[in-house]
Amino acid sequence: MPTRPRPALSALFMGFVTIGLSSFGGGLTAWVRREVVQRRGWLDDQQFLSGYALSQLVPGATNVNLAVFIGTQLRGVPGALACFAGLTFPPTIIACTLGAIYFGMHGMPGGESLSIALGGMGAVAIGLNLGTGIRLARRGIRKIVPALIAATVAVSVGIAGLPLIPVLGVMIPVSLLAAWWASRAA
Amino acid sequence: MTTLWQIFWLFALLSMVAFGGGAGVIPDMQRGAVETYRWMTAKEFLDLFAISRSAPGPGSMIAVLIGQKAAGLAGAAVAFVAMFMPSCLVVHFVAKGWDRAARKPWRAVVEQALAPIGIGMTFASGLALAQGTEHEYVSYAVTATATLVFAFTSINPILLLAAGGAVMLLAGV
Repeated sequence: MPTRPRPALSALFMGFVTIGLSSFGGGLTAWVRREVVQRRGWLDDQQFLSGYALSQLVPGATNVNLAVFIGTQLRGVPGALACFAGLTFPPTIIACTLGAIYFGMHGMPGGESLSIALGGMGAVAIGLNLGTGIRLARRGIRKIVPALIAATVAVSVGIAGLPLIPVLGVMIPVSLLAAWWASRAA
Repeated sequence: MTTLWQIFWLFALLSMVAFGGGAGVIPDMQRGAVETYRWMTAKEFLDLFAISRSAPGPGSMIAVLIGQKAAGLAGAAVAFVAMFMPSCLVVHFVAKGWDRAARKPWRAVVEQALAPIGIGMTFASGLALAQGTEHEYVSYAVTATATLVFAFTSINPILLLAAGGAVMLLAGV
């Protein structure tokens, strides 16, 4: 097993401050992978993906879970707190400030253009998610069975709109069986 | 004080059933905030949702805004704790158990098995978001372009986001 890096708590905190502040419109996973795998090399893709899948299985906001998971893995309780605080505190302050402005003055002028621009940013944010999927698939999927498993999950949840939990309830055992089979054959 | 308890229980319960991320419980938040407790109108809820989507950070920030509307800053703080603490404790213990299994052969198998699942879910979240927001041709084009540019170049995503906003303003959608 490769030795895992032990980043400073301040680096974890700042890394997740960056993630929290640069993610708009729900493309957060793309930013977590970019910061944690691509730029800082704290985890490799497989560690990141297993953490991501586990974070989805535990209830709660996936990316907050992922931050706690990564922090715990790298530095235990203090690491979890550093990642959690970094990810959530600055956006909370911003949200409360925006909320206070909104509650203070209903119907701001220029609000229409703002919401159009925000719609465009949201459309890009969705593209960031999909682009991350392409990047991960190009590196991580080498065989036909895992490709079929990934495609089944993507289509049944993302297009057919099936609820995530039953889909995972079927596909995780299937994937475990396939991985176990492959490891025996190897 | 009762309002703070109501905020706490609403979000603590939703936090524990928010499987697959926070987006799935938004309708339940709306029911609680608008119908059950009457903290706001349906229109105000939609506005708060838009604000939370436009602000950076996790999508669940809407919980904080609901708490703020219901009971000021104390309400925001209570909503924050209720929304994030229960699930964070669970995930912390899952991560520790995961760590103890570092040298077990089954963990490598589980990691290999979860990788394609995670990739599938990454695509699924993007596809579901595209269907969920009212997407027009221009926004589909923006999404598709951003997908390809982000997948095959190393451009800073902030630039892409800014470009997306600018394109929509110019298109006047």
